[in-house]
Amino acid sequence: MTWLTALLAIVAREALRFVHQRERFLAALVRPLVWLLVFAAGFRAALGLSIIPPYQTYITYETYIVPGLCGMILLFNGMQSSLSLVYDREMGSMRLLLTAPLPRWWLLTAKLVASTAISILQVYAFLAIAWAFDIDMPAWGYVAVLPALAVSGMMLGALGLALSSFVKQLENFAGVMNFVIFPMFFLSSALYPLWKMAESSDLLRDICAVNPFTHAVELIRFALYLEFNAAALGWTCLATAVFMGLALWGYDPARGLVRRKG
Amino acid sequence: MTDGLPPELRRESDTAPGGLSVEDLSFSYGARQALDGVSFACRPGRFTALLGPNGAGKSTLFALLTRLFTTPHGRIRIAGADLARSPRKALANMGIVFQQPTLDLDLTVRRNLSYFAALHGIPGRAAAARIDASLERLGMAERAGERVRDLNGGHRRRTELARALVHSPSVLLCDEPTVGLDAASRQAIVDHVHELAAGGLTVLWATHLTDEVRAEDDLLVLHRGRLLRDGTAAEISAGSTVSETFLDLTRAPA
Repeated sequence: MTWLTALLAIVAREALRFVHQRERFLAALVRPLVWLLVFAAGFRAALGLSIIPPYQTYITYETYIVPGLCGMILLFNGMQSSLSLVYDREMGSMRLLLTAPLPRWWLLTAKLVASTAISILQVYAFLAIAWAFDIDMPAWGYVAVLPALAVSGMMLGALGLALSSFVKQLENFAGVMNFVIFPMFFLSSALYPLWKMAESSDLLRDICAVNPFTHAVELIRFALYLEFNAAALGWTCLATAVFMGLALWGYDPARGLVRRKG
Repeated sequence: MTDGLPPELRRESDTAPGGLSVEDLSFSYGARQALDGVSFACRPGRFTALLGPNGAGKSTLFALLTRLFTTPHGRIRIAGADLARSPRKALANMGIVFQQPTLDLDLTVRRNLSYFAALHGIPGRAAAARIDASLERLGMAERAGERVRDLNGGHRRRTELARALVHSPSVLLCDEPTVGLDAASRQAIVDHVHELAAGGLTVLWATHLTDEVRAEDDLLVLHRGRLLRDGTAAEISAGSTVSETFLDLTRAPA
């Protein structure tokens, strides 16, 4: 099966590149760990949490932000691997990919699957370290979260892919940080529950509620506690479809990124 | 545009299997016309050099030939397959050496080639034999296990050429493949691709370096998006050198 051969090769290549770039792995791990071990430790006193689903007991703030930080890893990785396509050095390998005799949508999907798989490995490394610090989840939660991570990773990777095809100059990653990653992360339920947000502003709460990242985080949070959040899954899948549609439109050979670059 | 050519220099479009033909291809970036009604054909067994100064439209033409982007104006056929109608069939018959480096520096030569083979649907074991053969042909067999980062520029280019041949294409496109190479490596690559053409491959070789073109090669001169000449290098330079003819042609306003 030609299609499967290509998919496996694209995933294997991403995995090999990942193995060769240990700094990238460490950087991606340090970021959420700083949040978990420093930020959360400082904040636990300031922020009182009531019992909200899926939690059945009082939880520490560290426990609360673990799903959000899983989302953060997926978010940063999704953006980084997709946006790196825009860099000139990567353009070369993108050309190689796009001239393979397969439909373009399949090649881009394979690329997304590959980067999502790598992100998931990083999330598990993060969860393992959190566990070592006694921030643990139900044992089966670590299994149940896998599909949630996969869907969320695809959604955020598709967003990165769509952005990479539309934004002209991404040489500075900082712009994307400011206008995509930070708003998505802070205007979500990653760091504080929505009811907490509503106390300060209903508008902010509403923005958080439509942010697809919120739904990705909630999907992960519920899955970690062996609960299924259908609404979150629905929203995340919908967002994936929209972002993927945009990405395919952007990479359509009759328009889009490659054409402008000449 | 070949209308201005003497009749003996015109060539009929050759759509025989293995060949490459372009009919009335036009493309513009917004208001800037990059290609204007370009038509030509490359025949199997021939080395066709596409000569043009920087900005002549060579890169645009290659982007269209490799379907990086498309244009509604004109038609491209690769080994008998219409690139717009059956792109996968056309791409499967095409080997490409891109102008910019496209190798993974941290992976070995062999890994780079097996990744490419898989993209073309050739799985593990079948790929291994083809990769060995392809590297052998380019004199790269003993370097198969080396990281690309440790290779010099000439060997990297040879690796890319070996990679472009792994799936046994009938058409080979090379977009200024000798950029940045020293004289010896450049000569070796040019010689090698000439041999490949002599072996039956259809070769289209873009360059702005006239010394890469031999008298018996087919030659296309592209300038400001228009095709100025189409014939063998000997015919076009008629008594003069390719270099002088090229300079004369591209100095005058098109």
